[in-house]
Amino acid sequence: MKTTGNTRDLIAQHGLSDEEYKKIVEMLGREPNLTELGMFSVMWSEHCSYKSSRVHLRKLPTTGPRVVQGPGENAGAVDIGDGLCAVFKMESHNHPSFIEPYQGAATGVGGIMRDVFTMGARPIALLNSLRFGLLDKPMNRHLFKGVVAGIAGYGNCMGVPTVGGEVVFNDIYSQNPLVNAFCLGIAKKDRLFKGLAVGIGNPVMYVGSKTGRDGIHGATMASDAFDEASEAKRPTVQVGDPFTEKLLLEACLELMDKDLLVGIQDMGAAGLTSSSCEMASRAGNGIDLDLTEVPRREPGMTPYELMLSESQERMLMIAKEGKEAEVLAICKKWDLDAAVVGRVTNDGILRVRDQGKVVAEIPAKALAEDGPRYERPNAPPPYQEHLQSLNLDVLPDVKDATGVLLSLLESPTIASKAWVYRQYDHMVRTNTLVRPGSDAAVVRIKGTNKALAIATDCNGRYCLLNPYVGAGIAVAEAARNLVCSGALPIGLTDCLNFGNPERPDIMWQFILSIEGIKDACEAFGVPVVSGNVSFYNETNGLSIYPTPILGMVGLIEPADRATTQWFKQAGDQIILLGTNRDDLGGTEYLRVVHHREQGSPPHLSLEAEKALQACVLTLIGEGLVQSAHDCSDGGLAVTLAESCVSSPGLRLGAVVRLAPNGLRRDALLFGESQSRVVLSVKPSVAEQALKAAEQMGVPAAVIGSVQGDRLVIDVAADRWGAGCRIDADLETFVDRWGNSLERTLEQ
Amino acid sequence: MNFGVIVFPGSNCDHDCIHVLSDVLGHKAIPVWHKESKLDGLDAIILPGGFSYGDYLRTGAIARFSPVMGAVQQFAHEGGMVLGICNGFQILLEAGLLPGAMLRNRSLSFICKDVHVTVENAATPFTGLCRPGQVLKIPIAHADGNYYTDDVALSQMKAAAQIVFCYCTAEGKVTSEANPNGSLDNIAGIRNAAGNVMGMMPHPERSAEALLGNDDGRLIFLSMLDALQKAKLKAVLA
Repeated sequence: MKTTGNTRDLIAQHGLSDEEYKKIVEMLGREPNLTELGMFSVMWSEHCSYKSSRVHLRKLPTTGPRVVQGPGENAGAVDIGDGLCAVFKMESHNHPSFIEPYQGAATGVGGIMRDVFTMGARPIALLNSLRFGLLDKPMNRHLFKGVVAGIAGYGNCMGVPTVGGEVVFNDIYSQNPLVNAFCLGIAKKDRLFKGLAVGIGNPVMYVGSKTGRDGIHGATMASDAFDEASEAKRPTVQVGDPFTEKLLLEACLELMDKDLLVGIQDMGAAGLTSSSCEMASRAGNGIDLDLTEVPRREPGMTPYELMLSESQERMLMIAKEGKEAEVLAICKKWDLDAAVVGRVTNDGILRVRDQGKVVAEIPAKALAEDGPRYERPNAPPPYQEHLQSLNLDVLPDVKDATGVLLSLLESPTIASKAWVYRQYDHMVRTNTLVRPGSDAAVVRIKGTNKALAIATDCNGRYCLLNPYVGAGIAVAEAARNLVCSGALPIGLTDCLNFGNPERPDIMWQFILSIEGIKDACEAFGVPVVSGNVSFYNETNGLSIYPTPILGMVGLIEPADRATTQWFKQAGDQIILLGTNRDDLGGTEYLRVVHHREQGSPPHLSLEAEKALQACVLTLIGEGLVQSAHDCSDGGLAVTLAESCVSSPGLRLGAVVRLAPNGLRRDALLFGESQSRVVLSVKPSVAEQALKAAEQMGVPAAVIGSVQGDRLVIDVAADRWGAGCRIDADLETFVDRWGNSLERTLEQ
Repeated sequence: MNFGVIVFPGSNCDHDCIHVLSDVLGHKAIPVWHKESKLDGLDAIILPGGFSYGDYLRTGAIARFSPVMGAVQQFAHEGGMVLGICNGFQILLEAGLLPGAMLRNRSLSFICKDVHVTVENAATPFTGLCRPGQVLKIPIAHADGNYYTDDVALSQMKAAAQIVFCYCTAEGKVTSEANPNGSLDNIAGIRNAAGNVMGMMPHPERSAEALLGNDDGRLIFLSMLDALQKAKLKAVLA
């Protein structure tokens, strides 16, 4: 093996610091050759090694009676009874999507699905959480349209429904859009597959697309901030082929079903390098790889390129010895390339040969596990105090409440996302009980009497203003969305999007966010079973808001308890659970009406939230609830308006009376106080529901009833101010809320 | 009854069709791999939705060359019932089992939503249990559902009552606003002249269970079963 002295330039180009390079030389007892340098470069990148986050991620609660597989595998798994488990994970594809929105988003969806079916689970639901800059800029419209088309192009072709998610618009994401893809699959609990290279002598098999020169150093690219030169990185974005992935999915599930495999991992970031060294390292074994047998798209590829390529739709499998022919036959049936490319060894070394020569020889653990760990310095940013200061006295209270409500409803973050989900096949596999557009998506589990609810949530502005509270609210809101759908939260995956971790203020945001997630998860008893960290979401020095997005899964049993957010019947009583407070800091109202993103995020009491959620679940469980909708962006008025008009079929008006109890009118109508839910119940059970809430310590009051074809909200006068009124016909709401996104995009 | 559901590489509604026929309606439905060349012992064939061969060429253009399509042709020529749904419809068009062609949706994007269709011809084995003019709510999910044919063929199809479904409003009015994809004359489904082959863009298998909020699509499968049972009875009596 030839080793030449690597120049400092070459080392720097590979994103490795002098310290890190020194550590590599120490571990190897020599200088790495170019192929080895490339392999270390991708495996020790922030994207693959979690070097800045790992010490903090350890704090998250990851265990619980339902946890079958926690973090560290391709995806997490949670027991849902009937011998089944829900396998899920969320992952970011932010950097590639900014460079090339269609392919970046498409391959993000492809990658997360592979993570799930690698575990032996058939994917049954996709969601995605997206962040873009405001749509008045053509570039943001281009990114938004491209990402949506890419998600649709991949998911639709795979026949996995995209059932929900969220899209938030804020100019802070103009230069760094976020594309986080979530996938959930169902597997038999005793038939979970892992990325383990076990069984000395077992064949290592390559299955899927041929390897090309695409995506080389994708992981390194995703571990760097952006500047004007980023356009030149377009070739590091991979190109998706959902058709091949569909074949790969069916072939993998067939191979697993026929009991031919002992381990499997997809070739995602860092391709052949990560899949081989991670599988070997987890099992405490080594792998001998022979690149000569790797199917390739073009001749003349070097070992460096083969080991670093991020060509999509590829799997590395450990088959049972002697079953090679059967594996190859099934791959042939599905028209997939496949080859035996190595063997499992007992020496712990990832040894790579090409044309008979050893071209790399590295302890698998050194690549996969022994990378650097940093406890980076952290400190609150100097601007934090200014951000949190908000003097409400200088802001006039609302006068034209109807006008404000309509502007909020057409703000793209709040407006109906029908334009988006209409492009996603959200019904294939015929499990979708609640389609996109309610608090959470609900899919039934065939062969059982159960359904799963899934929601993704995060308010980045809250996290900017107070990362601890903001992250706690993200957990609380995700859980609340599930509970409003009739589901008991059972597990979550996180996708933590932050700026440059080498900046102390970003690290401060990160650490506090983790603390917030931890405390909320512990309070609700919901474990984190998988996740992903995306740092360096920064362009020309401007960071995104800290955006720890959570994907939470809840169990509904029986399935027909699934509840939706829209009103069902005229005459039903409207009940508000929870307390209205003066929570205007960080609200969408402040941004839209007063052009401020300031203040402290809404107050969060984990105890009050727990009581509220228990109450909603109990009421739904007793069959008392017609509709349940949580109060979030835009506050109570938006919640009521959405309850009136978000149903796919029915539109029902409402008449509501609110007593301000000393609150500002804008806080009462548009404030985003947490731990509130709007229910509608049949009049005959309203008393019973109120009593039950009271017994559970949850403030509850009838605030109006479902009726007519207008939404009327009357705020009474009190000694602090005059009354005010929202009054408009439903058609106006439907138009402003339902059509504004499409109108904006057609400009 | 025995149904065969053809599985092309890239089919993705095969499981859904089998689920409705077997789990919901209690009949036998088996997947038939596209490399098969025989369709023995089957009473009806379904070509399901999906993205055969990734739809990387024109939709259905490659699938029609799959080995099984020879057997499907023969099955159809012998009078067997063949239903193509969405991508299955597109394949039947490419295979020449049905007239016309599919263009990109007018919006140029994929559309997934509930639509309403009127039953224009209730005297087919696929719609026998529907009332003439009945409005069915069935979802669509496609990017290429914009049906097209020339004027001569269209008038022939009209004369032979080959148009089975048209997109309409919830009240049953066939209007241009109710046309989701730009399809000629709002055509959502057609049959061949002999009447034993039908293609439709909406997905009846997605609206065949009350739990999913809509079971109008079940009528298509029930009509097929009814027609098959009647044909069997007739054969026995003969």
